[in-house]
Amino acid sequence: MVKKSYVLVCGGSACEASKADAIYESFKKVLEDEGLKNDVQVVKTGCFGFCEKGPIVKILPEEEFYVEVKPEDAEEIVHETIIKGRPVPRLLYKDKDAKVDPKADKFDMSKIGFYQKQFRIVLRNCGFIDPENIDEYIARDGYQALEKAITQLGPDGIINEMKTSGLRGRGGAGFPTWIKWNTTKGVTAPQKYVVCNADEGDPGAYMDRSTLEGDPHSVLEAMTIAGYCVGASKGIIYIRAEYPLAIKRLEVAMAQSREYGLLGDDILGTGFNFDIEIRLGAGAFVCGEETALLRSIEGNRGMPTPKPPFPAVEGLWHCPTVINNVETYANVPVIILKGGEWFKSIGTEKSPGTKVFALTGKINNSGLVEVPMGTTLREIIYDIGGGIRNGRAFKAVQTGGPSGGVITTENLDTGIDFDALAKIGSMMGSGGMIVMSDEDCIVDVVKFYMTFCVDESCGKCSPCRIGTRKLLDYLTKISKGNGTMEDLDKMTEIGMAMKKAALCGLGQTAANPVLSTMRYFKDEYIQHVKDKKCIAGKCVDLIRYEIDPAKCIGCTLCSKRCPAGAITGEKKMPHKIDQSKCVKCGECYKGCKFGAISKI
Amino acid sequence: METVKIKIDGIPVEVAAGTTILNAAKKAGVKIPTLCAHPDLEPWGACGICVVKTENQMGVSPRLVRACTTKVTEGFNYITHDPEIQSIRKTVVNLILSNHPQECLTCGRNQQCELQRLAEEFSIREIAFPSNVRRVPKDNSTPSIVLDATKCIQCGRCAQVCQQLQGVWALEFIHRGENTRIAPVADSTLNESPCIKCGQCAAHCPVGAIYENDETDKFFAAARNPELHIAVQMAPAVRVALGEAFGMEPGSIVTGKIYAALRRLGAKAVFDTNFSADLTIMEEGSEFVKRFTTGGVLPQLTSCCPAWTNYMEEYYPDMIPNFSTAKSPMMMQGAVTKTYYAEQKGIDPAKIYSVAIMPCTAKKHEIERDDNMHASGYPDVDLVLTTRELARMIKMAGIDFANLPEEKADSPIGAYTGAATIFGVTGGVMEAAIRTAYKLVTNEELADVNITPVRGMEGVKSAEVDIKGTKVRVAVAHGLANVKAVLDEVRALREAGKPQKYDFIEVMACRGGCIAGGGQPYGTDDDLRAKRTAGIYKDDEKCTLRRSHENPEIIEIYEKYLGAPLSEKSHHLLHTTYEKVKTYKAL
Amino acid sequence: MAKMTLEALRALREGKKAEIDRRDTDGKDVHIIIGMGTCGIAAGAKQVLEAFIDEIAAKKIENVTVKQTGCMGLCYVEPTVEVKVPGMPDTIYGKVDADVARKILKDHVLAKKLVSDHIFDRPSTDILK
Repeated sequence: MVKKSYVLVCGGSACEASKADAIYESFKKVLEDEGLKNDVQVVKTGCFGFCEKGPIVKILPEEEFYVEVKPEDAEEIVHETIIKGRPVPRLLYKDKDAKVDPKADKFDMSKIGFYQKQFRIVLRNCGFIDPENIDEYIARDGYQALEKAITQLGPDGIINEMKTSGLRGRGGAGFPTWIKWNTTKGVTAPQKYVVCNADEGDPGAYMDRSTLEGDPHSVLEAMTIAGYCVGASKGIIYIRAEYPLAIKRLEVAMAQSREYGLLGDDILGTGFNFDIEIRLGAGAFVCGEETALLRSIEGNRGMPTPKPPFPAVEGLWHCPTVINNVETYANVPVIILKGGEWFKSIGTEKSPGTKVFALTGKINNSGLVEVPMGTTLREIIYDIGGGIRNGRAFKAVQTGGPSGGVITTENLDTGIDFDALAKIGSMMGSGGMIVMSDEDCIVDVVKFYMTFCVDESCGKCSPCRIGTRKLLDYLTKISKGNGTMEDLDKMTEIGMAMKKAALCGLGQTAANPVLSTMRYFKDEYIQHVKDKKCIAGKCVDLIRYEIDPAKCIGCTLCSKRCPAGAITGEKKMPHKIDQSKCVKCGECYKGCKFGAISKI
Repeated sequence: METVKIKIDGIPVEVAAGTTILNAAKKAGVKIPTLCAHPDLEPWGACGICVVKTENQMGVSPRLVRACTTKVTEGFNYITHDPEIQSIRKTVVNLILSNHPQECLTCGRNQQCELQRLAEEFSIREIAFPSNVRRVPKDNSTPSIVLDATKCIQCGRCAQVCQQLQGVWALEFIHRGENTRIAPVADSTLNESPCIKCGQCAAHCPVGAIYENDETDKFFAAARNPELHIAVQMAPAVRVALGEAFGMEPGSIVTGKIYAALRRLGAKAVFDTNFSADLTIMEEGSEFVKRFTTGGVLPQLTSCCPAWTNYMEEYYPDMIPNFSTAKSPMMMQGAVTKTYYAEQKGIDPAKIYSVAIMPCTAKKHEIERDDNMHASGYPDVDLVLTTRELARMIKMAGIDFANLPEEKADSPIGAYTGAATIFGVTGGVMEAAIRTAYKLVTNEELADVNITPVRGMEGVKSAEVDIKGTKVRVAVAHGLANVKAVLDEVRALREAGKPQKYDFIEVMACRGGCIAGGGQPYGTDDDLRAKRTAGIYKDDEKCTLRRSHENPEIIEIYEKYLGAPLSEKSHHLLHTTYEKVKTYKAL
Repeated sequence: MAKMTLEALRALREGKKAEIDRRDTDGKDVHIIIGMGTCGIAAGAKQVLEAFIDEIAAKKIENVTVKQTGCMGLCYVEPTVEVKVPGMPDTIYGKVDADVARKILKDHVLAKKLVSDHIFDRPSTDILK
């Protein structure tokens, strides 16, 4: 019996290349032949994010997921799955690592696909609710955690759940959240604060922005719970002014919460008072560092101050202050509601829970992904991210933004958590994940990060302020082909001094991109230094274009395209590039129809 | 007091809880190198030189922390020197040097530079990294100090002094990252900023990025002009500090040597600002007695500190009615030099070149304040040189200062009492005023002239003085940040229509008073302040006359020239007026 | 609305849950949810929202609710729209513009036909369920 069914043929670029069109046509024909054309719709879809096994075909509503499908398989799929409702076992995905149960004859959807490998705690409401409607949040168990915290757990109970959950700060360093809360809770003070760090500044990272835009109440609820737990009556969200939509949604959410009595005096008639205000930051990267952030709220220049004293003891205006980032807070209501044990069961032993990553760079499916800790980079890049763009080879991933390091092929199967990343010389950071392919030059990429740090160092401490500039100078020198082997040693020397002697987390980690790539890509540095070569072709001073006189037919196209007037030659005669005039833009190379121009 | 037992390089030491590693190490006799740290200031942790290793950290592997900012933890051992730490420190010094102009020979801090000293101690013979120095034009906008941001190492001391110690907020970090630099607020000029010219930034700068406006050439030019009659005065605080520049103990009293040196440098007459300090007490003391006994505006605020005057005009112009109209001793001295002295000696005042040796950079600005500074019909003071400039001049002139025979000041405006010399320290003006006010009110002499409650380093001191049954309530504040609270209280009481708490308030802009002024020899901290202060009180005690009204030359000037305190002539020559000044002049 | 007590909050939650479970509030059983984070808006989500609203009005389709939500995470195919039609798989469309929006209404909502080339995935698993 045939009901309305859908055949989804993956039309992503990778699958497209592997005959998706032919499969599409083949299904159409089989269905037409079977007289099912009106009952079954064949659809070309976007990438399912599983290109290495493409082409992919998915049958709805049966949820069958077939991999490496060939056009001639259409007939069997139609007969078996659509008509008889049975899977075609030989086409089902079988994971060699047996992460997917091979005995299950029905493919487990929760293990594949852009979303399906994800586990959304932080982003649980993003895409479900209207962020500007508090009722929708409430309908999805919103403010039930607050209710439970106040009526059942009490401050000690909250600490217990937080401790059991093992939640670690998602802002970068992974400090256990419960310790911060418990410290502030233990200090006697007339005024305490709960601060939310929404000063997301890593290049390419936007997890917190999306969370606030999609689910502002989860952060408000968590801050209120924190306030109740530690005995604070005031919360402050420090958010960069570049996030106008997130600010607007927070303001709407706060107004609704106040109207409902979920913020303000005597919350839910329990006698607990707590309110939140928003402070806008001007977008300095360093203001994501907690002490600098607090100084900025106080109206001072955003410069880190030494720790100790830790904010938990002496923070905003010298009062005990709980400070966590957006993602950390967004986990809290779920932990309170479902219990610390539940949370602890997700992720790895030392890093429970999930992590949201902003997946960008040379990847097919760039986007926001939330995966359990311990998910391997391979899963994130290939299963969720759909692999490397244009079918290029994977080179490395930069995690932790300008404070992090690279992860290379050898660590693709490392389960990602705080400690594993630190061990391989990178760091979790706030969750930016920039994928590099063999078209990226390591020196060039590190130069990008260092340029960022040179601008964004607060300028207070000399190791960071001057160290970043020197590192950038050396990188620039190397990228121009003027580097020496001694320069590489100097870079390590400076990097180590920054790591040990810089004042704050930013400075101590600002050299990480250098130190980490020197560890994993020393050869590439040496190629730049000794061979004066940039294999990725990104360092323009190290590449040149040449015309092969044997192949050039003298069509003159290259000389017309050249913006610098560097190419000359008679019509129908081989042309020549004047290297002294060439600006290495590559226009001639791209335009030549005879493959006569080579990039060396 | 709660104490903590720790080890510094294995040496056991017990220190008060809350002590920093840096100070604990000092106690253990271990010197940790520093660059940005300064005992006057809260630890700021900028330079990264003072890193040390912590051990025994509950099983956590050793890590590096800043000794200046980190407080000691019971049971810890701190490694202050090992090859790794030294190498990191050396790299940091090299980084700083690579960003700093190599202009030591022509720098104002040559041989007195804290960075230069580090470079020497770390055996740096070649700077490890290529140099890139960001050139920023010098700020010469004030007559007092020069800001040469090119030499700035961003240690932050000046901004901290300006903001925290002085509460002025003229200096601030601007820009970010490698472009970070110290600048007058909102990148204006110093003169457009709220700068009060106190020079504490210059006194605290470890390098040559902020320094006094050097005007020594002007003195030598005047000395070469045979037409000019150079008359020099010297402030009280100079005599206990200048010796430091010649290897003498801080606090050594070198008054007679300075008189002698000034004559060798070309001064035709050598006077002492202390004379006019006594004169100030006569005027300001009489003014106070008048206000106090006739229901005038109280509390009266002292007016001898020009940086404080600048601060008041910018931040508390509503206090102008409270301000004593008496000029500062230096300006009084200048005015009587070109009138009374010129008349007495028959010298054309136009030919008198009036020079003041001051511990202060604000004094360079004061002489151009307004027309009242030309009371004699000429600039009452032509040139102000700081103690540091005088030290250089003496060296340049090849004078063997330490072995110089002592000389005496010239009459009729050179004699002073102990009351005058204590103008150089916090509380001194108040103490001197009380010594004379007692006489003015009761016509009797105060038996014990030592008014100890107004002495000492407490930021705000207060006392109640019993003048034969009449209580006079006085307060003394120094370090302008401390003044704010006092003034805010005065303002609040006035606005609420309530009785004031004090009758007379002394203010000195610099912590400790003029002995720690912005123009004094480098290295000022509380130890040095204490030594110079001790020198001042010793000078007071040495004096047979310790009350201003007993100074025979003061008695003489009133008899021969001024008539009486607050006379019309006094008002013309010795008093001035104030007006509100815009805080942010560029706006 | 007045300040709530614990009881009132619970009642509101249950009421709203039931409402969502019914799905067909006021006879509206088709839901069109538009990802309107900064990313979506920058890619044109506002125009898509307007196109849906205009077209629904023009075609007098009465069983559809249109609402906004935050970023769905599929940044590479913004703007994204989730469509829930009874009897059809919940579907996320990507790279939606005004034309595609009208096509979704015409094909998916009215003709029960998926719109080719714009399907990107099915919604993520809901941990709260």
